[in-house]
Amino acid sequence: MDFMRAYLSKNIVFSVISIIIAVVLVTPTHAAGKKHVAITQIVEHPALDAVNSGIQDELIAQGFVKGKNLKLTFESAQGSTATAAQIAKKFVGDSPDVMVGIATPSAQALAASARGIPIVFAAVTDPVSAKLVKSMQDNSGSSITGVSDLSPIDQHMALIKQVVPKTQRLGVIYNSGEANSASLVDLVAKYAPQQGFSLVKASVAKTSDVLSAARSLIGKVDAIYIPTDNTVVSAFEAVVKVSQQANIPLFAADTDSVKRGAIAALGFNYYDLGRQTGKMVADILKGKKPSEIPAQGVTDTELHVNPAAAKSMNVELPAELISSAKKVVKTGF
Amino acid sequence: MSTIAFFGAIESGLIYSLVAFAVYLSFRILDFPDLTVDGSFPMGAAVCAVLIVSGINPWFATVAAFFASCCAGMVTAWLNVKLGILNLLASILTMIALYSINLRIMGKPNIALLGEKTILSPTETWELPFYLSIPFVFTMITLLIFIGLYWFLRSQKGLAMRATGANSKMAKAQGINTDRMIILGMALSNGMVGLAGSLFAQSQGSADVAMGVGVIVIGLASLIGGEALLTPKNIFRALCACVIGAIIYRLAIALALNSDFIGLQAQDLNLITAILVTFAIVAPKFKSKFANKVKPNRD
Repeated sequence: MDFMRAYLSKNIVFSVISIIIAVVLVTPTHAAGKKHVAITQIVEHPALDAVNSGIQDELIAQGFVKGKNLKLTFESAQGSTATAAQIAKKFVGDSPDVMVGIATPSAQALAASARGIPIVFAAVTDPVSAKLVKSMQDNSGSSITGVSDLSPIDQHMALIKQVVPKTQRLGVIYNSGEANSASLVDLVAKYAPQQGFSLVKASVAKTSDVLSAARSLIGKVDAIYIPTDNTVVSAFEAVVKVSQQANIPLFAADTDSVKRGAIAALGFNYYDLGRQTGKMVADILKGKKPSEIPAQGVTDTELHVNPAAAKSMNVELPAELISSAKKVVKTGF
Repeated sequence: MSTIAFFGAIESGLIYSLVAFAVYLSFRILDFPDLTVDGSFPMGAAVCAVLIVSGINPWFATVAAFFASCCAGMVTAWLNVKLGILNLLASILTMIALYSINLRIMGKPNIALLGEKTILSPTETWELPFYLSIPFVFTMITLLIFIGLYWFLRSQKGLAMRATGANSKMAKAQGINTDRMIILGMALSNGMVGLAGSLFAQSQGSADVAMGVGVIVIGLASLIGGEALLTPKNIFRALCACVIGAIIYRLAIALALNSDFIGLQAQDLNLITAILVTFAIVAPKFKSKFANKVKPNRD
């Protein structure tokens, strides 16, 4: 068996032994009496991070305190689908009371290995086509429920019309590779003509493309609208810069982007979406079954405006809009 | 680490060992730095998912994924040998083109396979628990590819391919059509990556256009890590190195996911993974250094 010895060289034996020792060392001990919630998100991102902190704050508000009567695990896949799959396996192995998947790929990875453990998804734009739920109304027989972050696009288009009535051509920058964005842009294409807008799309593949995509819209559009697109929102400042240079009014779908330089956004904030998700998680921890809780859309929207940003893009915000806004951002531009 | 997480890491490792085989074939055998991989991985997943969703037999869909990705590799090789584009650039061109092509194939960025009939569906009726049955299926597939590749690289054609990579001038002088060898090798290499992509999509429940990001990095890390451990002197050992490297890489991630006990946070994951892989590669060398010191020098 000479060749066997050659292949099972000492090196491998040593590595394997050190790994096994490490595995044994980090095997978690199960804390009795505590509820266990395991949260995973696909990537670090301001909106998704806000969902996460919303969930955790709501759990505290509902009486589940980390360390006291709640064990809370959080993992980020740092952008890798392969890691998302492994995080799902780790969670299933720890068999928590509820698993939370933030954004589509993480939620799908959990669903693929769940085996009956309740899943609550958050910030999934189209849970039905992601096959997480059968329909938004009826959830019978399912162990998965959650909150969708589909934007009220029709209201967004009306807002743009109200602020910049002369708009005829509307530019949209999005990552055509993001499932969420593709369905959002389909909705924009559906609702833009109702306000008399024609749509000009600019698609990007990564954050470094955003600046040139924004520049490509100069002269072709009267206003720019940014949907809740992970890639573009990550590089939002690039769009702001171009909008200011070329005096193109810039609108966003998420309110977080208003303080980064968008004129206005009628959105929900992702923190509130997290709170809404956290409530579902708490309900399940208290004994409700996911099959009894249908998936939900965002319940409350709010208007954020940024008059300084509007000025820097040569737009005057209507006074009644400013007075109806939930939040008026006062950062200088 | 729980049993499920452990076998989950083995399962991912088995899938990525196919990528490591592919990288071995392109980087080592053909000496062709190939980044097409980042595009052919999701391509395999896309083709497989589209076919499965439209009701086609999952095994057929998996094989189709292999051949579709073969074409991607052929395009890269063709750009290189026929149009004279530098190999690295040729592969980058194909990779970025594949992003759009994959979106075309799928028609949308994400196709869910949850609840669809896949090659893994029959395992649900097996006696084995799910965390063992899926790695079992993947072990069989990896073993099959291992044997096939081993046989191929020792065959007449395979030897010609190895000669092409080792010394193409010499190979040409021996009457080997090196262009054809590069095209064949790149097709096989990317075909295996596509196969890995299709298996990953089926086990993970969806095909996503962004799932190719960093696949080449994982493949390279697996290959080089495995080589550092096994110091391969022949084909058999080199292929073993691919499998072992890939599994150790995924185990490192699984371990890093459990590192919260020493106060590390989710954001530290990639750093921990890198440190663990470094440790796995370097530790045996330290051990032999230590052994040398203890033994009295005989000279």
